[in-house]
Order: sequence, then structure tokens, then C-alpha cells
Amino acid sequence: MKKGWFGDFGGQFVPELLIPPLRELERACETILPSPAFQRELAEVLRDFAGRPTPLSRCDALSRDLGFNLWLKREDLVHTGAHKMNNTIGQALLAKHMGKKNLIAETGAGQHGVATAAAAAKLGMGCSIYMGSVDVERQAPNVSRMKLLGARLIPVTSGTCTLKDAINEALRAWIVSQADTHYSFGTAAGPHPFPTLVRDLQAIIGKETKEQARRQIGRLPDAVLACVGGGSNAIGIFHPFAADPEAASVRLIGLEAGGTGEPGCYTSAPLNLGSPGVLHGQYSMLLQSADGQIEPSHSVSAGLDYPGVGPEHSWLQRSRRAEYHVVTDASALRAFETLSRKEGIIPALESSHALAFVLENPQAFTPDSHVVVNLSGRGDKDLDIASQHLTLLQGDATCAR
Amino acid sequence: MRPISLQQRIEQAGSQRRVALIPFITAGFPEPTSFPQILRDLDESGADIIEIGIPFSDPVADGPVVEEASRQALAAGVNLERTLKELASLAPGLRASLVLMGYYNPFLQYGLERLARDADAAGIQGLIVPDLPLDEDGPLRAALSPWGLDLIPLVGPNTGDERMRAYAAAASGYVYVVSVMGTTGVRTELPAEAADTVRRARNAFTLPVALGFGIHSPEQIRAMSPPPQAVVFGSALLQHLAAGKSAKDFMAPWIKQK
Ligand SMILES: Cc1ncc(COP(=O)(O)O)c(C=O)c1O
Repeated sequence: MKKGWFGDFGGQFVPELLIPPLRELERACETILPSPAFQRELAEVLRDFAGRPTPLSRCDALSRDLGFNLWLKREDLVHTGAHKMNNTIGQALLAKHMGKKNLIAETGAGQHGVATAAAAAKLGMGCSIYMGSVDVERQAPNVSRMKLLGARLIPVTSGTCTLKDAINEALRAWIVSQADTHYSFGTAAGPHPFPTLVRDLQAIIGKETKEQARRQIGRLPDAVLACVGGGSNAIGIFHPFAADPEAASVRLIGLEAGGTGEPGCYTSAPLNLGSPGVLHGQYSMLLQSADGQIEPSHSVSAGLDYPGVGPEHSWLQRSRRAEYHVVTDASALRAFETLSRKEGIIPALESSHALAFVLENPQAFTPDSHVVVNLSGRGDKDLDIASQHLTLLQGDATCAR
Repeated sequence: MRPISLQQRIEQAGSQRRVALIPFITAGFPEPTSFPQILRDLDESGADIIEIGIPFSDPVADGPVVEEASRQALAAGVNLERTLKELASLAPGLRASLVLMGYYNPFLQYGLERLARDADAAGIQGLIVPDLPLDEDGPLRAALSPWGLDLIPLVGPNTGDERMRAYAAAASGYVYVVSVMGTTGVRTELPAEAADTVRRARNAFTLPVALGFGIHSPEQIRAMSPPPQAVVFGSALLQHLAAGKSAKDFMAPWIKQK
């Protein structure tokens, strides 16, 4: 297969001025990243700073209701509250070994921005975060966290003023600053080598899940589910299963954000509702007009609010190794509430999409089977948004059980 | 009869001891209704080649001026299909050669073979695709070649000599040298590296070298040795036109330097 391609998808569709830094990064991925010394250092910082390994927790109450075993891979317990840190600390460490002094990154919900800022602070690097001005408004707590962690925040006011525009601006900034700066891309998408690099750094989720399942269940699970924005938490848990012939019977299910679900409204579901095209350096499934203009996306969860998706997911879908479905805002909000009430875990609205599919489609799973949901993040950041939607969080009513 | 090629067009300016002039204008700018007249004005004011920008929602190689022009054009309903139809009727009245500049996705969705056929019919002689580097350009190159359309490469200060030679092996028309490590946009001064990039490109390519990004005044290239054989101006021209001033006024200082 051509380097940087996953079947029909992938590539490196960027201005020529970005080819040299991408080549430099590619070389670092081939030489520095796999070296035993680097891997030792990475394992140490993942354990001592990020808090890995994360547990695989059985949901006892929900499993009783569902008639099968529901397990959660607890990425909500990773430092800064989401799987994002697996990627940012890895890229920051790699950048440091490459001799780079600064990190830049885009962020939508602010989770990747916070995780990048924390990694930069930990490793003593400069940090600038590009964030759409609309997101700066709706994700205020994460803006404060980034500032506290020492990052420079650059609001982006072009285009739709959201994640896709923040990526445009970060790519432009990287053209200028490439000599001493690494672009820490936030998901398993973008130009080669990012989809591979981010996947390899996130694959620790799936590797741990396999080991833990063997130990705690006695075998591999029957199904693995994850929400799909750009696709990093999903590819992180899917890849070790997809790459393992012995795991060929494990169902891999990705959930895209369907927004309000009303006909004609914007969604964030390019795999289900898009078509192939080029955005942000990659050829992959995309929400676009007939003219090839990128459509705005929408989801109640800012972290899934993106019109594109990483190329490896487009290929897993086309080659039928994984299946992808759409979950609406309302379903995700119900799952957000259910997990909090029944299991004592407040999930991120992103992760709630994956959970919602299980809770609302129990017939899709066989009785007594073992189903793992990647709980990609914790939901503290989403309380403001959730309280606009969930009646139980409104007014001063004492909550009934 | 085939018209004079893009390469010949620039070389012709050279034989008249002047730098060839390549204005860039976004299709439908400043208004779809006034665009045809602006195109004619540029043509009459001495443009050798005119680059027509096809608007895209996510122009990563562009600064704020071109991005805003692109946004306005999209809001006004400008697209590739309409632009090609309009150019097909305008091109016969123009002296200058026409080149399309646009991001890959609108071209890809239009269909690359259909694009080549319709571009040729619209009098277009070449394409510039700023997000389509050498290793990804095979399909477009294959679609353009039966029609003899040029795919014009972009190289910059960080493009090594070896990479330039790889581009040179496949390129036709002219080579577009990006003056700065940055996006399009007006800059008072060009960095010293611009002269060096022009020199390296002139060594690596047999094609003429056009310098672009940040160009607004003949002063900027006066000291370059060797000089570029053509200059491209985009943001400065768009700003000038947006302020209600004429294309002729903008071009005048470049004509005088002949
Ligand atoms: C908790 C959480 N899950 C999922 C995502 C979506 O990203 P990806 O699809 O790359 O995992 C985000 C993005 O911000 C997130 O914060």
C-alpha cells in the first residue's frame, strides 16, 4: 500500500511549504518513535504523569438491565480528563527529541488544547492553541484551564469560527513557524503521517483493553464501541483488534454524531452521510456540497463537531471491518444522564454517543455477551451544555430518584 | 490553431525586456456583475496572464484578504461550473492567457476529466492547485495532459534543490515561486530568502519563474539578481479593487518599469 494511505483513503494534500516539516516528522516516526529508549521514556510518562493504565470497569447495574455485560474502558480517568493526553504527551515528547521548542495545536471542545498545554508545561515547551471564536465562547472553562497551564490562546474568526477553521489557522501558522515548532494534531486525521502517528499513540487504549479482557473476562470481548469525531479514540481502541487475525470476530462499532436528527439539519456524520473528498490534507469521507465546499457540522458535543473523519475509518468502513452508525444529541444526553445515575460516572457528551447506541439498541447484542465501550472522557466540562437540555439539572428542584 | 503557450507568453515579455505581469483575481470579485469588466480592465492594462481564483471554503494557503474574497464569492453563488461557463464567453475577447487557481476538492468533485475538457473549452491554459503537491498530483496531471493544459507547480524557500528538480521533470507552463514562509497577503518587504529562492528555481527549472505572495510594488524585485521572469499579485490587487480603485491604476507602476 502507498505510504500514508489506508486502502483508498489518506494522502498528503497540503501546500508544498508544509511538505518539509511533514517529511521531518515522518523520519522522526520511523527513527525516534520506535527506538527502545523513546518507548521507555513514553511508557514512564504515560504511567507517572498521564495515569495509565486505565481500568476496564464492568457496569453492574446496567449489565443487569441489558442482559449482557457492559464494560467501560476508562479513558475519563486519564490526566486532564480524556484520551487526548495519550496523543499529546507522545507528540510533545517526540517533538522535544526532534529539537522543537514550541507546540501549536487546534482545539474544538478545548480537550485537546488542555491536553497539549499540560504536556507542554510538563516538558517545558512553548504552546499556542488555535480555537474558533465560537468555541472560545461555548467552552469557557477549558479556555481558563489552557491559560492557567501557560498556553497562548489564539481565537480564530475566519470561516465558521469552529474547529475546522482552527485547523486551517494552525496549518497556516505552522507554515511560518515550522523551524522550531511542532504541530501537535489532535486526532487521527490530517495529512500523513498524522493519522498513523496519532493512531499509534492512541493504540495503547486497545492494547490495554485486550490484556484486561483476557484477564477479567477470560477472552476477547464480542464488541467494541467508540464515538467518532476525527476518530482518534475510536482508532486507538479499534486498531489492536483490527490488526489481529485472532480478533477477527470482534465487532467494531463507531458512532457518529447526528446532531438534532431533524431532516436538513447539520450533523457531524461524514461516514454515514458524507462522500469522499479532500480536506485538511487527507482524502476521506467528508460533509460537503455538490460543489465540493465544506459544509458546517453540528453536534451538541463540541468534540464531535467536525465535518471530516480520519482516513483509516473511511477504509475500515469501506472494507467492512468496522460498522458506523449515527446517534443524535437527544440519545447522547439520555445516556449522559443514565450512566451518571446508574453507575456513578459522568461521561463526556462525546463518549455518551457510543454509550447511547448500546443502551438504545440492546437487541444488537447477544445475551450474556461482553461489550466494551470506550469512555473517551469525563463529562464535567459538559455540565453547562447538559443543563440547557436536561430538566433534572434545571431550577432548584431536589432530584427525585 | 493553438494559442501561444503560457511559457511562450512569459518568454515573449522577456524578449521585450520586461517582467511578465500576472494578476490574480477571485472569480466573481468584487461583485459577480462587475467581474467581467475588471477582467477586461486587467487585460487592457497589460496583464500577460490572468489567474482566476475558484473560491473554496477552507483556503489553507491563503491569508485574510484572499480568504475574505473567497467567502464573498461563495456567498454570491460563485462556483466552478458558472465560472467556466462565464469564462468561455469572455475569453475570446481577451488578449491575456488564463489560468485557474483553486484548491483540489472543488476540482475533484467536479470531475477531473470533465474539468480538463471544460477548462480547455473556456480558454484556460493551465491550473495551479495550492494543496496538491508533487506526490498527489498524478490523477489531475493525467486528466490535463490530453488537453495540453499545464499544471503549474509551487515551490518555496524551504523547497530543496532536489525537490525542485523533481518538480521540474514533470512541470510545464511556468513555475510559481512563493516568496515567503507564509500565506498570501500584502507585505511591505520581501525577506532576503526570496531572491535566493528565485535564483535556485531559475537553476532547477528551464521554465520561466513567476514570483508571488506579498508582491505589490516593482521596488520589491528591483535588486533581485537574477530577477523573476514574471510576478503575481493577488492580495494587493484585491485590496486595491475593494477600495473602489481601478485595475489600470494598480498596473500602471508595473507598466512604467518596462
Ligand atoms: C472526550 C472526547 N471524546 C472524543 C472526542 C472526539 O475526538 P476523536 O474522534 O479524535 O476521539 C473528543 C474531542 O474533543 C473528546 O474530548
